[in-house]
Amino acid sequence: MIRLNNIHKSYEMGSNSLHVLKGIDLNIEQGDFVSIMGSSGSGKSTLLNILGMLDNYDKGTYHLSGNLIANMSEKKAAKYRNDMVGFVFQSFNLISFKNAMENVALPLYYKGVPRKKRNQIAMEYLEKLGLKEWANHMPSEMSGGQKQRVAIARALISQPKIILADEPTGALDTATSYEVMEILKEINASGITVIIVTHEHDIAAMTRQIIRLKDGLIHEIIRNGELKQFQKNYMKELETA
Amino acid sequence: MFDLDLWNEIISALKKNRLRSFMTAFGVFWGIFMLIIMSGAGKALENGVLDGVKAFATNSAFFWTERTSIPYEGFQRGRRWNYENTDIQYILENVKEVEYLSPRLFGNQQAGNNTIRGERTGAFNVYGDYPDYFKIDRWTPVKGRLINEIDILQERKVCNIGERVVEVMFAKDEDPIGQYLKVSGVYFQVVGIIHAETEINIGGGKKEETIIIPFSTMQTTYNYGNVVHFFSVTSKPGTKVSDLEDKLKTILKNRHKVAPDDLQAIGSFNIEKEFLKFSALFLGIQVLTWIVGIGTLLAGVIGVSNIMLVIIKERTQEIGIQRAIGATPAVVIKHIVAESVFLTVMAGYIGLSLGVGVLELLNQILLNANSSGDGMFFRNPEVNLTMALSALGVLVVSGIIAGLIPAKRAVSIKPIDAIRDE
Ligand SMILES: Nc1ncnc2c1ncn2[C@@H]1O[C@H](COP(=O)(O)OP(=O)(O)O)[C@@H](O)[C@H]1O
Ligand SMILES: [Mg+2]
Repeated sequence: MIRLNNIHKSYEMGSNSLHVLKGIDLNIEQGDFVSIMGSSGSGKSTLLNILGMLDNYDKGTYHLSGNLIANMSEKKAAKYRNDMVGFVFQSFNLISFKNAMENVALPLYYKGVPRKKRNQIAMEYLEKLGLKEWANHMPSEMSGGQKQRVAIARALISQPKIILADEPTGALDTATSYEVMEILKEINASGITVIIVTHEHDIAAMTRQIIRLKDGLIHEIIRNGELKQFQKNYMKELETA
Repeated sequence: MFDLDLWNEIISALKKNRLRSFMTAFGVFWGIFMLIIMSGAGKALENGVLDGVKAFATNSAFFWTERTSIPYEGFQRGRRWNYENTDIQYILENVKEVEYLSPRLFGNQQAGNNTIRGERTGAFNVYGDYPDYFKIDRWTPVKGRLINEIDILQERKVCNIGERVVEVMFAKDEDPIGQYLKVSGVYFQVVGIIHAETEINIGGGKKEETIIIPFSTMQTTYNYGNVVHFFSVTSKPGTKVSDLEDKLKTILKNRHKVAPDDLQAIGSFNIEKEFLKFSALFLGIQVLTWIVGIGTLLAGVIGVSNIMLVIIKERTQEIGIQRAIGATPAVVIKHIVAESVFLTVMAGYIGLSLGVGVLELLNQILLNANSSGDGMFFRNPEVNLTMALSALGVLVVSGIIAGLIPAKRAVSIKPIDAIRDE
């Protein structure tokens, strides 16, 4: 469902230009559970943002469900985002002056769903994520794990085809990180494509496909079968570290 | 259509930014408040001044004689001359544009105390007038009656006196009506106490110190012959009094062998001209009020726009998030503009109400300070509805503009840059 062909992306900063993605070719199918790895600054977030239509690319083609994503009006992009993708961010990015339920319901507001209806749906999602009692709490009253679950509920409520998560566990402790990964696994099990960015091997190892970025290119793709090997190597890396 | 969700969004966003919302609102509040106060004060000045003259017939003109300045038909320049009774006849019969004509004689005003009653003496302005005079410069009888046509015909020795004359010539508990005053040696019976409705003064002196006697009586009693000192006329509806003024001047010059091009021989003025001057003055004040008021308002609006820019900048990330989860630029713009309009209109409305309130209070204080309302040059500060409404209209439009600029900016950056913004 995602087809990237020779994607390039540079950031212009004054007179210099930083070439971050130097020709990415990538196919991701419906139902995949993918992690993007790579050292800091290798372009993981950049790639994810392009996938989520939050940022544009300079060269190449990006097809999403057969549609070419290029030079779209912001209105159209907004509609695609609302219909196709749900975002989960490292820093949660909840609206601080709205409670959990209102935050979750927000994407439906932009879709024009009446208030009662969308709040009811938001409650269902909060319940699924074990946050029913927290529906009327403000983000500032919740722990990191709870906030991330609210963010996931918000990403899910518009029933997207893809969940994009940029370091969803980056701000969480290990136990909470694993809880969040369990939730993402369940989401993936329901048929939704999940793509996460992470630099933690143990988190990546919970996905079914790992894409390693290096020098603006895909360095290697580790698929389901090879994951065991990856995990072994990873353990070794840990021991030697 | 009323969009409850939109309102919820706006209110919660404004609540979140309480201080800034308040500051934003204050500029606009102050602008409209000042506009209301200034225009109310200008209006009050206008009311105060115009009340003093509005009872005066605006279609009136006045004529007196001066020495001639051009030799004509055998007369030297510098000749003294007077109008005469035949002029009255002639004008009334031949000049159809004249509505009222009232000749006047001025009594001897340099004579010091010209009025005596027993022990009491006083120096007053004595005029001989026709009853029509009261229609041109309005006087109302406080007690008794005005001089009438029969007084003129029978040359009765009666008089109308001003309030100050009553004070000076009569004890507090005396009723002046029916009593006699000796004016320049002749006894006149008081038939009415009169009050001037206007503060326009013809002939000098205070209006309360006036004694009016019938024109004909004055002419015969004091041996003025057929001399007339002064004419007051009003023009019929449809005739400009300025035109009538010119026409009468020509006629009078012709009848008295005064050179047609002698500009000095007839002194005259008409109230219409004076009124136009006043009107221009007050129009000037109103225009000035608007310019200053709108300037202040504009400054307020620019302030709103600026503060909205800051607010939007601070909320860049929030807006980025909203866009990431499906808010279209149109929705974002709608919210920001609605927020801005809501703020400006709210602030404007409060400014409007408070401004009106303050003017009302001022009015009450003024009324209490001077219950008669006479002689006040600051009266009835009032706000006109048109102005209030157009100010509100300006506010809505400016609120839209103030919101539109930062809103456009907010959606012009890529959502990801907005989200990254810390
Ligand atoms: N908006 C931007 N402007 C300029 N440079 C940027 C911008 N975003 C990212 N970069 C740079 O591009 C490189 C890749 O960034 P990013 O995709 O965030 O890396 P990662 O997520 O893998 O750490 C980094 O060197 C970063 O500094
Ligand atoms: Mg990153």
